[in-house]
Amino acid sequence: MTFTLTPVLTANWGTPESWTLDAYRRTGGYGALGDALKMPPDALIQLVKDSGLRGRGGAGFPTGMKWGFIPQGDGKPHYLVVNADESEPGTCKDIPLMMASPHTLLEGLLISAYAIRANRAFIYVRGEVLHVVRRLLNAVDEAKAAGLIGSNVLGSGFDIEVVVHIGAGAYICGEETALLESLEGFRGQPRLRPPFPAIEGLYACPTVINNVETISSVPAIVRGGAAWFKSMGTEKSPGFKIFSLSGHVARPGQYEAPLGITLRELLDATGGMRAGHELKFWTPGGSSTPLFTAEHLDVPLDFEGPPAHGSMLGTTALQLFDETTCVVRAVLRWSEFYAHESCGKCTPCREGVFWYVQILQRLERGEGDEQDLDTLLDVSENILGRAFCALGDGATSPVTSSIQYFRDEYLAHFDGRGCPFDPVASTVFAGADA
Amino acid sequence: MSHDHSTNGLPTVTLDPRLGPAAAAVDPLSDDAKARVRTLGAEVIARYPRARSAIMPLLYLVQAEQGYVSPSGITLVAELLNLTTAEVAAVSTFYTMYKRRTCGDYHVGVCTNTLCAILGGDAIFAALKEHLGVGNNGTTPDDKVTLEHIECNAACDYAPVVMVNWEFFDNQTIESAKELVDKLRSGELPMPTRGAPLVTHVETSRVLAGFTDGLVNEGPSAGAESLAGLDLAKERHESAPTPGPRS
Repeated sequence: MTFTLTPVLTANWGTPESWTLDAYRRTGGYGALGDALKMPPDALIQLVKDSGLRGRGGAGFPTGMKWGFIPQGDGKPHYLVVNADESEPGTCKDIPLMMASPHTLLEGLLISAYAIRANRAFIYVRGEVLHVVRRLLNAVDEAKAAGLIGSNVLGSGFDIEVVVHIGAGAYICGEETALLESLEGFRGQPRLRPPFPAIEGLYACPTVINNVETISSVPAIVRGGAAWFKSMGTEKSPGFKIFSLSGHVARPGQYEAPLGITLRELLDATGGMRAGHELKFWTPGGSSTPLFTAEHLDVPLDFEGPPAHGSMLGTTALQLFDETTCVVRAVLRWSEFYAHESCGKCTPCREGVFWYVQILQRLERGEGDEQDLDTLLDVSENILGRAFCALGDGATSPVTSSIQYFRDEYLAHFDGRGCPFDPVASTVFAGADA
Repeated sequence: MSHDHSTNGLPTVTLDPRLGPAAAAVDPLSDDAKARVRTLGAEVIARYPRARSAIMPLLYLVQAEQGYVSPSGITLVAELLNLTTAEVAAVSTFYTMYKRRTCGDYHVGVCTNTLCAILGGDAIFAALKEHLGVGNNGTTPDDKVTLEHIECNAACDYAPVVMVNWEFFDNQTIESAKELVDKLRSGELPMPTRGAPLVTHVETSRVLAGFTDGLVNEGPSAGAESLAGLDLAKERHESAPTPGPRS
């Protein structure tokens, strides 16, 4: 079986000065906006529903349905918020998109805001990417100067203001309600739902929050139509998607392909693992998605495939690790990340991830025993489904899946000698002068 | 959220902002600095439907004056937003990019999240700590470099990654990272792999408050790894299907 690469979002990343309005227009940019503004907003929502586009930020919620939840004629302001806080470990698709082609996102934002009848939109971008921030700010300035942002866009009567809001280093703000809290000027801690953001979101007004890649897919759908979009991907997961390949692979990078490809296909096409090594474990969609092993190479990477095998598609952040990698070390480090990023609002997450770190550190030092594995699983049970938001659930993924697939490797740490792996062997500069 | 604030022997220059306005007297913003923050701050506040939403860019603005968010910076933001200092400090201490102590001209962040750590980030961070003689969050005695281990910075295909003032230095080794910090300390500023010529940490904070600095056209569209899929599609003569005429 084979697959075809389908560069759409990535297609213009290599063109000279691709981040400028001129360059974007030379590749047909903002043509879809002109077409969209001639359509009734409801027709656009229907188009996105018909396309089957599902959210690219991890959850895979149908985008058109989300837009359809926004009450119309309610007299309240509506807001569109783009979640550009890309921070899920392994995820590295939105940042290069915004660096290379911020206008793709901006065109999608303008069409989407028009569809949900929002006159104000925010791009919440993480702060740790200075040059991406510059490119976004500049794109907004260029679009304003060209009359694409402001009042009466392209003579359509549609008014829109766009603000780039810059985060300050908190992973939790990728969680949509924590993002709204942060945007309102508070600590980024998640809100209780209901009410859902579609009813009471930003400033308690109807709000759509979509991921960068989701919004950026909208102009292509307007240009190509729903049938074209559905000609790629699978029935329930249509369209193209950026797969981020990283780790011990021969050719890491961003690969845009139809949903439903498999890791085996992607590896076959890209030269496989680094020379002389074999795949040990991988994440299908970031560290919050349960680990897979070499036995999962043929799982279709769409929204249905990984859940049928105990994981999730997540953000299609394919982090691959070879046989030189200690899974306990990997899981400890992810757990330290969740402990650092837990916002502290709810007890299961705040306390649970703290204990993960204590226990895993002990195991990695060779001071644990098999009972600790039961404790880890017990702690996991007390987090999963009991935490306030998905951060806690995500934190359990590497722990429970690694014990499921690599129990023996944990046991190999228990004879008092500690980690049996050589950390140097797993570096990219192993064997080189470094 | 726990943070390692091990010092490198330098005297601590800040008081806990939660001590309120009295603490602000310790490290005051100059009148000029306050005037600049008030002027730009008015612009920042006007971006939002509600003033409080401006708290994050305002904190970057005060950081752009002193290199960190000082108690007097917190007091000023509280005044501009008609909030208490406790309300502002609660926000500023939640986010790791607001520094609570002075930061060197160049903030060097070594990614030690799992993937970068395993591919070499742990070794790089250990080597830089030894090479610079500082711990996590430590600043070199010449105030040039502050070293910190950071979480995933969305560049996993370029691992191991080091950020300098939040610009990408991709595909690092122990040697390249040592050379990088040596150059930063000598004033010979290396170009980021993907980004503009380096500016200081203080200047970085002003951009992060949402003010452009004229460097947007520096640097490439994308690095080689970002273009790997596009290159492969060209090699294989593949593309997305051409849309038919729309009905």
